[in-house]
Amino acid sequence: MTTTPLTSTVDLVARFPGFVTADTRPGFTGFIVDKNKLVEAATAIRDEFGYDLLTAVTGVDYFPENKMEVVYHAYKITGGPGLVFKVQVPRTDPVEVPSLIQVYAGADLQEREAWDLLGIKFTGHPDLRRILMWEGFEGHPLRKDWQEPFYEEDFKPFKSRWPDGKIEMAEDKNPYKDNLKFPQNFDPEKWIPEGDALLYGSLAKYTITDEHGLKSDRIVVNMGPQHPSTHGVFRAAIVLEGETVLGLKPVVGYLHRNHDKIGERNTYLQNMPYTDRLDYFNSMSNNFGYAVAVEKLMNIKVAERAEYIRVIMAELSRIQNHLVFVGMLLNDLGAMYTPALYAFEERELILDIFEAAAGSRMMCNYFRFGGVVRDLPEGVLQKIKDLVLERLPAKTDEMERFLSENEVLVSRLQGIKVINAEDAIKFSMTGPVLRAAGVPYDIRRADPYGIYDRFDFDVAVRQHGDLMDNYLIRIDEIRQSLRILEQAIKQIPEGPINSQKPQYQVRVPAGEAYGRIESPKGELAYYLISNGKPNPWRYHVRPASFVNITALEKISLGTKIADFVALLGVLDIVMGELDR
Amino acid sequence: MYGKGILKGLSVTWGRFWATYTEDLAWLVRGKKRYFNQDGVKARAGKDTRGIFTVQYPEEHLTIPEEFRYIPFLVYDETAEEKKEVRCTSCGICAKVCPPQCIWIVRTNDPVTGRPVPVPAEFYIDADICMNCGLCAEYCPFDAIKMDHDFAIASYERNVYNMEKLLKPASYYANIRPLNATREDEARKAKEAAKAAKAEAAS
Ligand code: SF4
Ligand code: SF4
Repeated sequence: MTTTPLTSTVDLVARFPGFVTADTRPGFTGFIVDKNKLVEAATAIRDEFGYDLLTAVTGVDYFPENKMEVVYHAYKITGGPGLVFKVQVPRTDPVEVPSLIQVYAGADLQEREAWDLLGIKFTGHPDLRRILMWEGFEGHPLRKDWQEPFYEEDFKPFKSRWPDGKIEMAEDKNPYKDNLKFPQNFDPEKWIPEGDALLYGSLAKYTITDEHGLKSDRIVVNMGPQHPSTHGVFRAAIVLEGETVLGLKPVVGYLHRNHDKIGERNTYLQNMPYTDRLDYFNSMSNNFGYAVAVEKLMNIKVAERAEYIRVIMAELSRIQNHLVFVGMLLNDLGAMYTPALYAFEERELILDIFEAAAGSRMMCNYFRFGGVVRDLPEGVLQKIKDLVLERLPAKTDEMERFLSENEVLVSRLQGIKVINAEDAIKFSMTGPVLRAAGVPYDIRRADPYGIYDRFDFDVAVRQHGDLMDNYLIRIDEIRQSLRILEQAIKQIPEGPINSQKPQYQVRVPAGEAYGRIESPKGELAYYLISNGKPNPWRYHVRPASFVNITALEKISLGTKIADFVALLGVLDIVMGELDR
Repeated sequence: MYGKGILKGLSVTWGRFWATYTEDLAWLVRGKKRYFNQDGVKARAGKDTRGIFTVQYPEEHLTIPEEFRYIPFLVYDETAEEKKEVRCTSCGICAKVCPPQCIWIVRTNDPVTGRPVPVPAEFYIDADICMNCGLCAEYCPFDAIKMDHDFAIASYERNVYNMEKLLKPASYYANIRPLNATREDEARKAKEAAKAAKAEAAS
């Protein structure tokens, strides 16, 4: 792992003397910006220094030091390392930080998340409501002094388990028999979901200008949380005029389990199987991202053979994700199941490989810091070769023959704009959606991790940014992944599969790390802060699905409701990752 | 021509539809059973699978790979007098590494000296909380806890497994994971031999 200084080319301190200082804590990088200059500094970072893609907004609670911090990670869309800037404020309510939504529109949902979970008020944010927790919820759960009803200790392992582990059931600790807490005097009968009032309030700005003197009602339609095409428990409150979408707010959090908080209770290793449960379609990629982040923090190298195994697994995962994406897109359009089931056949064969190597089809838990759990068992590499060299290329062609020229499909997909390049960048979109809009930004090339710089492949890119391109780019990416796989299985060396000794508790030096990978859905990143203890102080997941739906409103305005289903479909969201 | 793409696509479905029957025929000609037969299942899950892909569970089962992992169990060695020799020393590593903290161990203390004895007095796994991650088996230094293959455990009750339920013989382990068991046995024997040689050299 190279440790090039992240901020070599930018001198923010000289640009804003007196307001910006370099972050000199050992293991930390970037700049600390005075809160009053934040918006100005961010504008300069975007316009003067060219960091136009704000990928992550992370709140951090430094409880012992009585301060709160917001960390911003910005990147250049042309590639290269990123820029980290932070703002620190005292931890006395109200904790206030200016919103960056005017500079980076992509900060919208992430700021709402930081407000919801940490209670950081972003002044100037037009719609600062809770996003993952419900509106009646009391407190901000990611704060270090907030305790869940099943609370035992701050950090695992819990002392009650050994040597005197008399079993107790967690549910017996709470009268609700669940990890639930309600505000005092909470009466569900009398509770008025203030959240919905706020939600519809935020949609009320869409008034119909009635040019012809005709009166037509504005209808609010709630799509979801159970609508079959919403890819899980996702809800969209949509304002309609006729069939045209006038306004839209995504409502999420139905699957929220505070992955970040669980992660901060866990040890570093214990987090690995939890990451499987984010984007449950691609646990290999999730493992990859987390391993990259922790390895950055530990500053260790990965065993050579393991690097290849990692790439093989991640690319196989991408292929099955994209195949199923195509099938599901057709489901969304009403072509129920035939394409999806064809895709599932290939997916099953790929999952067979995961199962043979990792022990589980979907919850792989296959990566370890410095390598992988075990070498590929006998026969597995042959299976991979059979798939990559023979079956998958043929099946990808078949998928194309099956769908790409189908006139009905083409008429549903062609010309329906998803988003243009400029807006996609503004809204921090990453992954295939961004590339379909004509921006060749792929972290495997732009900011390589692992051994991706050794492979010869093209970053798939399409120019129109319509639904058709979003469909075709997945096929392109499958072909590129196959190219990478071909090289990887040819070059894979023999050797150990982990550079470290197996340890159930790793030593992680103090500092911060931001590990990002190109997951099949976009940028998946983990932001970690270590204080040298066995558990991370801050563990934050920056999922592609969550950030990508920031632009959902922008994408859907003015389209027909039937197309909205497909527009949501091409964002390829998965709720395990979106709600965390 | 409008509709050409649709026809092209339909040719794929058409081909797939007939593939099931041509395959059936091919198996018939070869005089082999395609359904309710392990060879047939294997072929359907192989790289050349065509036509019907599904497996008629529970009559047919996919082959479970050796590394497949499900709720862990405790291994005991059978001694000559048919006594169960539990491998676990109640060192507590598995309880510490377990991510959802679903392992509970009570260590045995010698009633006279009060010092710990290397065998668990009680051992529980809350199977409803276990996430089947396999970390316990991975980090146990004594090969005492291993992941199972038996996934059909649906029940109406809360599944808390005690020692009695968790203990399974080493022969069972060797049966579900032959390669791993052999490798570990060899490593253990080599270690013991090295220890014995060292003791001999010292004496
Ligand atoms: S099962 Fe293994 S790790 Fe767990 S207490 Fe027993 S010996 Fe230690
Ligand atoms: S498999 Fe994982 S969750 Fe289950 S008991 Fe072992 S360590 Fe705990």
